[in-house]
Amino acid sequence: MSRPVQQFKAQAELSTHNLRLRATIQTALEKYAVVRDTNRRAFQDYQAARQAAAEIKWEAINHLDRYLEQFVSKLEARGTKVHWAGTGRLAREIILGIIREKKARSIIKSKTMTSEEIHLNEALEREGFEVVESDLGEFIVQLNKETPYHIVFPAMHLTRGEIKELFNRELAADASDNPEELTRVARRVLRKKYVGADIGFTGANFAVADAGMVSITENEGNARLTAALPKTLITLLGIEKVLPRLEDLALFLPLLATSGTGQPLTCYNTMYGGPRQPGESDGPEEWHVVLLDNRRTELLADAEQRDSLHCIRCGACLNVCPIFRNVGGPAYGTTYSGPVGSVITPHLRGWQDWKHLSFSSSLCGACTETCPVKIDLAHHLLQNRRKAVTQKSSLAGKLGFKLFAFIFNRPRLYRRVAPLGRLGQKLHPLVKGTRLDPAYAWTKSRATPQIAPRTFREFWRERNLHEIQQRPMQETKGQNQI
Amino acid sequence: MNEREKILARIREALTVQAPFPGEPRAPGQQRPSPAQVRKWLPPAADSFDEQLALFRQNATSLKADFYALNLRDELKSRLLALRDAEDWRKIASHSGELTDLGVSALGVPVLKTDSGYDINELEKCDAGITECDALIAQTGSVLVANRSAGGRALSVLPPHHVVLARRKQLLPDLPAAFELLKQKYGCNYPGMISFITGPSRTGDIERILVLGAHGPRKLTIFFL
Repeated sequence: MSRPVQQFKAQAELSTHNLRLRATIQTALEKYAVVRDTNRRAFQDYQAARQAAAEIKWEAINHLDRYLEQFVSKLEARGTKVHWAGTGRLAREIILGIIREKKARSIIKSKTMTSEEIHLNEALEREGFEVVESDLGEFIVQLNKETPYHIVFPAMHLTRGEIKELFNRELAADASDNPEELTRVARRVLRKKYVGADIGFTGANFAVADAGMVSITENEGNARLTAALPKTLITLLGIEKVLPRLEDLALFLPLLATSGTGQPLTCYNTMYGGPRQPGESDGPEEWHVVLLDNRRTELLADAEQRDSLHCIRCGACLNVCPIFRNVGGPAYGTTYSGPVGSVITPHLRGWQDWKHLSFSSSLCGACTETCPVKIDLAHHLLQNRRKAVTQKSSLAGKLGFKLFAFIFNRPRLYRRVAPLGRLGQKLHPLVKGTRLDPAYAWTKSRATPQIAPRTFREFWRERNLHEIQQRPMQETKGQNQI
Repeated sequence: MNEREKILARIREALTVQAPFPGEPRAPGQQRPSPAQVRKWLPPAADSFDEQLALFRQNATSLKADFYALNLRDELKSRLLALRDAEDWRKIASHSGELTDLGVSALGVPVLKTDSGYDINELEKCDAGITECDALIAQTGSVLVANRSAGGRALSVLPPHHVVLARRKQLLPDLPAAFELLKQKYGCNYPGMISFITGPSRTGDIERILVLGAHGPRKLTIFFL
């Protein structure tokens, strides 16, 4: 078993037995579901909006070279420095290079999952830089030395009591567990960091090709401050974030908000076109935009699964997924968790270590149904399973299925073997739930399905015998009825 | 080959195989959605001015922003003075503009102007930021600002209270209209920052409980003249 599989199993075991954690998650997601449904209903034609969004993303991804070049040339025309990074390592080197050149010490970050993907914070801290996450949820998990639990709600697994204890311990605060008071504490601490930061660092929700602008969606105002105050701004984004036209945002901003947090529109939707221009009163003197591939082009080369690059990272599929809701984000061990994470991670990080994620799904299809850009995630999970076994299936699995096919293709043999199964089932309770049980992985937490007491053939033979005996009576009955 | 060329080459190579179009195959010549179509899908926006105003008021109120439609410009001064006294403003920040100049002149407190550079620490000490805007959007209750129209990037987000002074003709029905306006107004020379501000800054990161004033303003007041 690979390490990610072991980690998934161990963490899932912990989370599913932690009833308090599950209650916290369910409460949060139920609140989300109520507002999401209200605001989806407010659309005059939500399904048409979804279809149009899927088509626009299709257009963007299937002409990615053209739109990226347009985006970049518009950005460069206004003095933005654009960097291309084929791998996460290269992106880290580019970013470190900028920070060193600026002789910077402190970096303020607004929420970006792409930086989690390239493990940027660890790299920066190893080099002795101070990195502060400014999104409240990210700030909390950073203080708690964790990774985000969810791509949109990073600290959803913590209760206000736990956050109070964390703040009082790490920030020497003297706060109650009132969320408003806790938010004030974070605001006060982070204000100082903003004013003193040398570098601002953001992610992006959309890269708008025709306007050459980066669009950032948020609620707190932390990205607005990050892109306004420090002298140098760095923005990291995946190459798949492209949208063809600025007016496409009229559709995508409300779709992202409704699916992401349930709101009609998030508090700040901001488009940035360049560093401080002559005659402008503020903004960064330098803006560096780092475009990251990191094997996205491999996913692009898979025409069948290319549309998984349409994802706008709203997190809606995580919120409805029965697996995610119960095992939680950390079990995945990936930057992008839930159904979309299970679909893309094997492409981005290798099949052997990450194929198990596509098997940990009930294929219920809730993800497909909720996706605002209509990615058929459940189908992609199935395709991943197929790819995983054609690439490399386990020897035991192969032999098992060969034996299965051998027996089931030979009726005589099958009839002889079937009673063995019943015998096995009678003996099974002796070992059930112990390590000696060959089906331990299944039976330790599930009831074993009962093998029918007789086969269909046996049933049919008995029934016919019975009928022959009963026939004269039935015939009389029939005559009477006529 | 440099990194840019390598990535673009990989993209072009990948795209030589066609991916299936989502949903029904598109009819030849079928256009991308027009603003008029998008308008029919999004949440409804009202037609007449009065309905739009009522919708904006309703949305702004549910977002916990304060909205006042004022009849006379003199009323603006008295309203601002009332805010100054209620919140004990000692220093405010603003930018040059017809409406901001009018409003600020009446306040009688020191004013930090952000038009041509300023000290961040000074702006941080201000009790309110008073700005103009590009548009108000009835459909969402949003205020549309750009750094060129609203005194830069930080003025509308750093002080704890953001006061917006908007004109009647700036009221727009919906998001497609807002993007049409941006295109007309700025064309191919977009400003460094454009922001749709939809209510005061907020967070739900602690148990999904709404808290106002996360990093940006705790209060958003919109005067409609």
